[in-house]
Amino acid sequence: MNNPPDVTQDSKEYEEYAHGVQKHVRGYLIVGATLLAFTMITVALSYVDFGAILSSLFHTNLTSTQGRKANIAVAILVATFKAGLVGAIFMHLAAEKRLIYRILIFTGFFVLGLFWLTLLAWYDFPIFR
Amino acid sequence: MEIPYTVSTRPDTGLWNAKIGIWLFLASEVMLFGGLFSAYIFLRIDAAPGMWPHGVLNVPVGTFNTCILIMSSVTVVLAWAALKMRRYRAYWWYMLATISCGIIFLVVKLAYEWPQKYDHFGIYIKSEALGKYEQYLGNAYAAEKELPPRLEITGHLHNPAALTDPNIKEYEVALDPLNADPTNPSMDRPHFLPLTVTHKIATIEKADVERATMFLPTHNAYFASYFTITGLHGLHVLAGVIVFIYMWLPVSKKVYQRNPEHLANRVEVSGLFWHFVDLIWIFVFPLFYLL
Repeated sequence: MNNPPDVTQDSKEYEEYAHGVQKHVRGYLIVGATLLAFTMITVALSYVDFGAILSSLFHTNLTSTQGRKANIAVAILVATFKAGLVGAIFMHLAAEKRLIYRILIFTGFFVLGLFWLTLLAWYDFPIFR
Repeated sequence: MEIPYTVSTRPDTGLWNAKIGIWLFLASEVMLFGGLFSAYIFLRIDAAPGMWPHGVLNVPVGTFNTCILIMSSVTVVLAWAALKMRRYRAYWWYMLATISCGIIFLVVKLAYEWPQKYDHFGIYIKSEALGKYEQYLGNAYAAEKELPPRLEITGHLHNPAALTDPNIKEYEVALDPLNADPTNPSMDRPHFLPLTVTHKIATIEKADVERATMFLPTHNAYFASYFTITGLHGLHVLAGVIVFIYMWLPVSKKVYQRNPEHLANRVEVSGLFWHFVDLIWIFVFPLFYLL
């Protein structure tokens, strides 16, 4: 399901190429259906109290606030998986030119830095905690 | 002057120019939304117990809009594939489907979801008066169950005149189910399905009120970040729809007739933007609606 090759002017080769695109289309539909399914899954999972499940599994007693963190982790995992599908297939990142990966590595570095700054702010006012 | 490398690849980068352009733009978009999401995280972890509301958005409607956006991502990639296969008619229909999905998303957001919030009223009670409204808050029950404290009474304001008239000394509120029956165990976890306001009316004296507003950005940090992020996201959807309409109009057929690859590349680039907007929503939906 990579980016199809650049189009050619030769009619015989073009036919082969169009056939290749047709195969991609099937992949796009499958990914679309998967994304819809996972939307339903993430909604369904939000009704599950993972805190209660963890509590009974490990014989502890998590408060509702602690338990919610488990739900957050699950939901973010599902969302990341969905985002990965969109990026890899719809945005053709599964097979892209090296320059684009380079741009994205820089982006990832800076956006993680941004989130890290938020983390630092957490330690800014110890008087409140 | 003709713009170079709109179709052919530039030898040193191995790409046509617009593709690098859109990816650089998306990189800046990642930083823009990244800033807002980190603000969301900060506000949320910093919220005092009981100050971050849960289950106040309409989950079925949010799920519907998520599906609409995902389907539009599929149709735009199909539109692009149709152009690659030189099927202009199919392209035209897929594009129309994409535009319609974008418009449906915006209509649901602006005509239904947001106005529902402007219509909902929340009252934060002063800490010293919390005991007085125990029958609506159930804080003793919440403490026993180790639930976060309940500081707010929500519902529909029955006497809107109270907002402006200083002679009216109290708010009359048709209560939300949680406040109508606070010790019901089914209210322990916030409810995601839309719950209708009950007929139970509470009278809350203005003297006991810390602050009271409709569910507007000023109401609390949750609604401030909700309206900011979904608002900015909505603007992106609007921008995408405008670009797609341009590519769907007969003007763009001329581009197709001159060089079909040129239009295919334009659609690919705007499609990349559209997928990015979809990707942002994939995170917005659980963060605001479900968690």
